[in-house]
Amino acid sequence: MKYESQRVAMPYFIFALILFAGQIVFGLVLGLQYVVGDFLFPEIPFNVARMVHTNLLIVWLLFGFMGATYYLVPEEAQTELYSPLLAWILFWVFAAAGTLTILGYLFVDYATLADVTMNKLLPTMGREFLEQPTITKIGIALVVVGFLVNILMTALKGRKTVVNIVLITGLVGLAVLWLFSFYNPGNLTLDKYFWWFVVHLWVEGVWELIMGAILAYVLIKITGVDREVIEKWLYVIIAMALITGIIGTGHHFFWIGPPEYWLWLGSVFSALEPLPFFMMVLFAFNMINRRRRNHPNKAAMLWAMGTAVMAFLGAGVWGFLHTLAPVNYYTHGSQITAAHGHMAFYGAYVMIVLTIISYAMPIMRGRPYGNSNTAQILEMWGFWLMTISMVFITLFLTGAGILQIWLQRIPESGEALSFMATQDNIALFYWMRFVAGCFFLAGLIVYFGSFFIKGQASPAEEVRGPATEDA
Amino acid sequence: MAERFTKSMARNIYLGGSAFFVLLFLALTFDTQSRAMPERDNRDQLTEQVVRGKHVWENNNCVGCHSLMGEGAYFAPELANVFDRRGASDSEVFKAYMKGWMNAMPTNVPGRRQMPQFNLTDQEIEDLAAFLEWTSKIDDNGWPPNIEG
Repeated sequence: MKYESQRVAMPYFIFALILFAGQIVFGLVLGLQYVVGDFLFPEIPFNVARMVHTNLLIVWLLFGFMGATYYLVPEEAQTELYSPLLAWILFWVFAAAGTLTILGYLFVDYATLADVTMNKLLPTMGREFLEQPTITKIGIALVVVGFLVNILMTALKGRKTVVNIVLITGLVGLAVLWLFSFYNPGNLTLDKYFWWFVVHLWVEGVWELIMGAILAYVLIKITGVDREVIEKWLYVIIAMALITGIIGTGHHFFWIGPPEYWLWLGSVFSALEPLPFFMMVLFAFNMINRRRRNHPNKAAMLWAMGTAVMAFLGAGVWGFLHTLAPVNYYTHGSQITAAHGHMAFYGAYVMIVLTIISYAMPIMRGRPYGNSNTAQILEMWGFWLMTISMVFITLFLTGAGILQIWLQRIPESGEALSFMATQDNIALFYWMRFVAGCFFLAGLIVYFGSFFIKGQASPAEEVRGPATEDA
Repeated sequence: MAERFTKSMARNIYLGGSAFFVLLFLALTFDTQSRAMPERDNRDQLTEQVVRGKHVWENNNCVGCHSLMGEGAYFAPELANVFDRRGASDSEVFKAYMKGWMNAMPTNVPGRRQMPQFNLTDQEIEDLAAFLEWTSKIDDNGWPPNIEG
């Protein structure tokens, strides 16, 4: 850690991991409700648990992105953070608002929550992933604006690197697109169309810039490869992401009202969306092969390779599987969608946040070369347990989805099974998914355990030295 | 990557490519919203009651279990075509069905998925029914494949 103010990333990372644990617990509740329908009913109905599960994910990823930004922007800019105090204030504001919102979901009936938060004045609630009360949405916008001011003031007074520029572009995009969450017209087709400006243009647009920048930063640090090479890769990757991903939004416009030309545009461009993720795999492995030293933080290197591979599989391959309009006609809104969503979010965004945590946390804790071998081995066990569990969750949901389509979607009206009859028929897959989810939780516990082991690794060994000064 | 391909070339592809596709996307959005959608979403039938029904839908987080035009959760049936599936495409039949259904919840059958009791008024149920009926008439390129959604 070169600048003292980078340390403000720590509370962001710790709080992100606490929310991550909550997300997984509620994921297990949901998984069980899929097979034991009345589990926790009526105390925690499915819709409440799902809202908690998805909103915790979004909020903890935002905490992770913010922590990553506070950590890497000062170091890239070679200057102290503009205002560590503002970063601390915004941390507590965001943490309090996030916690209150989740508690509101759990302990207040949703219609009452809408009522007491005066949703009537500016109705924005009750839409998937945007369930937050309007006041929380305003709070998120304000926190993000304060955060951006802090980051921009830092970046502008220091060295302007490509990593910083790309990261900040992604974060500004995130903030601007969030404004569409306030647009909720009475016409459902308009509502849905612009809802995707938040959801798709986040995860298949600007978030890829954030992911690419964090990955590039970690690769500079652990491989010691010249940043000129890394920055060139980063530009090509984000170029591919935006060139394919923006018009690729069209793959959500197939069946919600927009005209037929989106069937073509959405299919062709989204079929190319795996490209940036494939390039990230080439990028990560190439840089690691050309490394100028063996960084002692092997766990961070494993996460960096893992996030590239799993993002490619989850977002790239599993996305492509059902993105062509003639296929999507049958798979839309089935368990195939759920399968893709799980692996894509885990591979791309959960794992990139865990990558930067794996690299930065030991340094902030006074272990500049990484955690002790024992801690790293435990962390890598956590990595494999969670990652393999997620692969199985995805495979079981894919199996459930294929059967669902076979029974419910493909036969003619009159011969097709009803939704609920189909669900009964595929319950075995949901049970297996639940078991895989339990293994995921075990992996998370092992991963958390690795933080409590003392000691640190020894300095890096240069292999084709010297590493660049940046590293 | 070969040395001939420089960082500034990569940056120009990024800047030029993303600017071009942002503009193209905005143009397509303009065409979709101004020319195509008015003919496809029956906005002439978008009454105040339908809008009230949309708020009933949102204020009770229906999308937390159900999907609507394939979007939402996959825990309970698709509802964009429930007007045709359970209402026999008839407004009065559908309203009666909805009242019966909403008031019978939850079933409390052990082990079965449960839908909460939302305590909606008759007016709210009629609004919700109007919203779902309007939704069922949007031109959605013929989705879903069959009546089961």
